[in-house]
Amino acid sequence: MTTQADVREPASPAAANRRLVRRLSMGVAAMFAFGFAMAPLYDVLCQVTGLNGKTGGRVAAAQPVAVDAARTVTVEFVASLNAGAPWEFAPQVTRLQVHPGQFYQTHFLARNLTGQPLTGQAVPSVAPGPAARHFQKIECFCFTRQLFQPGEGREMPVTFRIDPELPPEVRTVTLSYTFFKLDDAGG
Amino acid sequence: MSTVSSSHDLEHGHAEPPRGLTRWLITTNHKDIGTLYLLFSLTMFFIGGAMALIIRAELFQPGLQIVDPHFFNQMTTMHALVMIFGAVMPAFVGLANWLIPMMIGAPDMALPRMNNWSFWIMPFAFTLLLSTLFMPGGGPAGGWTLYPPLVLQTGQAFPFVILAIHMMGASSIMGAINIIATILNLRAPGMTLMKMPLFVWTWLITAYLLIAVMPVLAGAVTMLLTDKFFGTSFFNAGGGGDPVMFQHIFWFFGHPEVYIMILPAFGIISMIIPTFARKPLFGYASMVYATASIAFLSFIVWAHHMFTVGMPLAGELFFMYATMLIAVPTGVKVFNWVSTMWRGAMTFETPMLFAIAFVILFTIGGFSGLMLAIAPADFQYHDTYFVVAHFHYVLVPGAVFSIMAAAYYWLPKWTGHMYDEKLGKLHFWLSVIGVNVLFFPQHFLGLAGMPRRIPDYALQFTEFNMISTVGAFLFGFSQLLFAYNVIQTIRGGAKATDQVWEGAHGLEWTLSSPPPYHTFTTAPEVK
Repeated sequence: MTTQADVREPASPAAANRRLVRRLSMGVAAMFAFGFAMAPLYDVLCQVTGLNGKTGGRVAAAQPVAVDAARTVTVEFVASLNAGAPWEFAPQVTRLQVHPGQFYQTHFLARNLTGQPLTGQAVPSVAPGPAARHFQKIECFCFTRQLFQPGEGREMPVTFRIDPELPPEVRTVTLSYTFFKLDDAGG
Repeated sequence: MSTVSSSHDLEHGHAEPPRGLTRWLITTNHKDIGTLYLLFSLTMFFIGGAMALIIRAELFQPGLQIVDPHFFNQMTTMHALVMIFGAVMPAFVGLANWLIPMMIGAPDMALPRMNNWSFWIMPFAFTLLLSTLFMPGGGPAGGWTLYPPLVLQTGQAFPFVILAIHMMGASSIMGAINIIATILNLRAPGMTLMKMPLFVWTWLITAYLLIAVMPVLAGAVTMLLTDKFFGTSFFNAGGGGDPVMFQHIFWFFGHPEVYIMILPAFGIISMIIPTFARKPLFGYASMVYATASIAFLSFIVWAHHMFTVGMPLAGELFFMYATMLIAVPTGVKVFNWVSTMWRGAMTFETPMLFAIAFVILFTIGGFSGLMLAIAPADFQYHDTYFVVAHFHYVLVPGAVFSIMAAAYYWLPKWTGHMYDEKLGKLHFWLSVIGVNVLFFPQHFLGLAGMPRRIPDYALQFTEFNMISTVGAFLFGFSQLLFAYNVIQTIRGGAKATDQVWEGAHGLEWTLSSPPPYHTFTTAPEVK
């Protein structure tokens, strides 16, 4: 409404082309940005919906919830190594019977098999996906990078509880860790 | 709009092209650039085809005979990249360059200098891409879908591949902007949107698809590049990223991409069938709306390429039903083509033969696509030869046949000479037999469980693989007839009339054959 140029006055073809090219180029730039915006959007979507087995992350220990002693859920532990990672990595126990709402602690064992100090990072994943949001950890070795001296092996603790809100049809929850070797430079 | 011609005359004082090599290097003429694109595409078609024959030769027998597995994987990857980005897409852009200005009564493309650029980037991009085959560690071998972490194991070729993809993308985007500007700004007076020939319509929609998704691909490969060299972790789980996210981003590009390769083909077929059925196209408006619907749906079905990555049930169902929905507008198109032919006075010249084969064989590819869309069944079909058979049915007797139909249909207009009809028909029959012998057995192989992209296979797959390889060589070598026929037609032959085909209608047929170097410098009258 502001200027005459806004109205469909038959502008010179060159001006019309320029305007159109400007708009289309903006579309190109926006879609390029959208490609990158998918990275945070994807994380947000996974966190909100619990898709992809991303766990809920750290919860404050001082949030007591009622323990549901009537219900028993099996929690299975799986440890795997990313291709070529020079570690020994295994859960201390492979399964636990737990009551929702109660805290449990278990350990994973890792050993550096090389003659050099190595830094590793464990990435958790929970199956089935809908259970991921209800798997709460107050302490986990996966929150930080783990430095291992040559040949060093140690137990790494996880303290977790299953939220009583866990959908009733879920009877077994699998917690899987994949251990990645981090390069000195990056990560 | 009369200013178009005057400003145009100012830019080019000459009516005839300069001679020699520089004519092609510096040309801004849409016909020259169209020719360049089409010849480039033909070259890439033979290079990609040679790679396909290496693949099929290795698969003639179980065991490893001809090439080592790493080179085999480079061939599958490069065959796809060359055929998609080097053969099919440039062919359609070439046809758009030649035809859109002549079909809408425009003097040239809207942005002629950018047009020159978008073509001349391509030979450099493909020199770069093909040169990776000779680098230490070889070319890319992780499949054209470039899934991390596998693709990050590519040797020194990796940054070159990424740069080549960026260049192809830039070329496509510039081409798309040019096509949209031409169609929206340079139509002759009276050429309303709903009077445009369907080829122009399908290209307008395709160009918007290109603008929407090529930048997403550019973003995805840039993330791969920074993951590999700059320590980012977009797709690295060890650093908090997720390799599955790449698949989402890639297929957000990849699924519209398959429609980029088929919508212009729909346009071509919608031009050719009415000519040889001597009836106007049945359901013009529904064709336009069907094209637009397919383009819209193409954005919300991407995850049907990744049913097996572990999606929640709701996701599987959504993508399954959305994918099946595409069959509706596609069915509208197929029925419209059949209705156009219904009770038409049909003749069967080579372009029509290719068009009819397109309708039948593309529909077969569409049906196998519907089978693949069924999420629970896809767990069986995923990554098998059934998928290979499916997308080759829509791309070879689909996209490639439509390009050949277009070449035979408009070649007399472009060159002023009739092609050799006998040779054209021979080429058609060899191609249509070859392509079915080549790809039909692959359906059975896939259903029986033969995985794709693997150079060796279990013994029970031998016979169908042998049949497929025989078909591949029949199809591949019969394309030499096409090249020969095209070259002979460019060099000479019987004089073509202006209308060329008895039933042809449209502005391009009102021009002489061949058309003068500059056409429609004053806009034609469109009734």
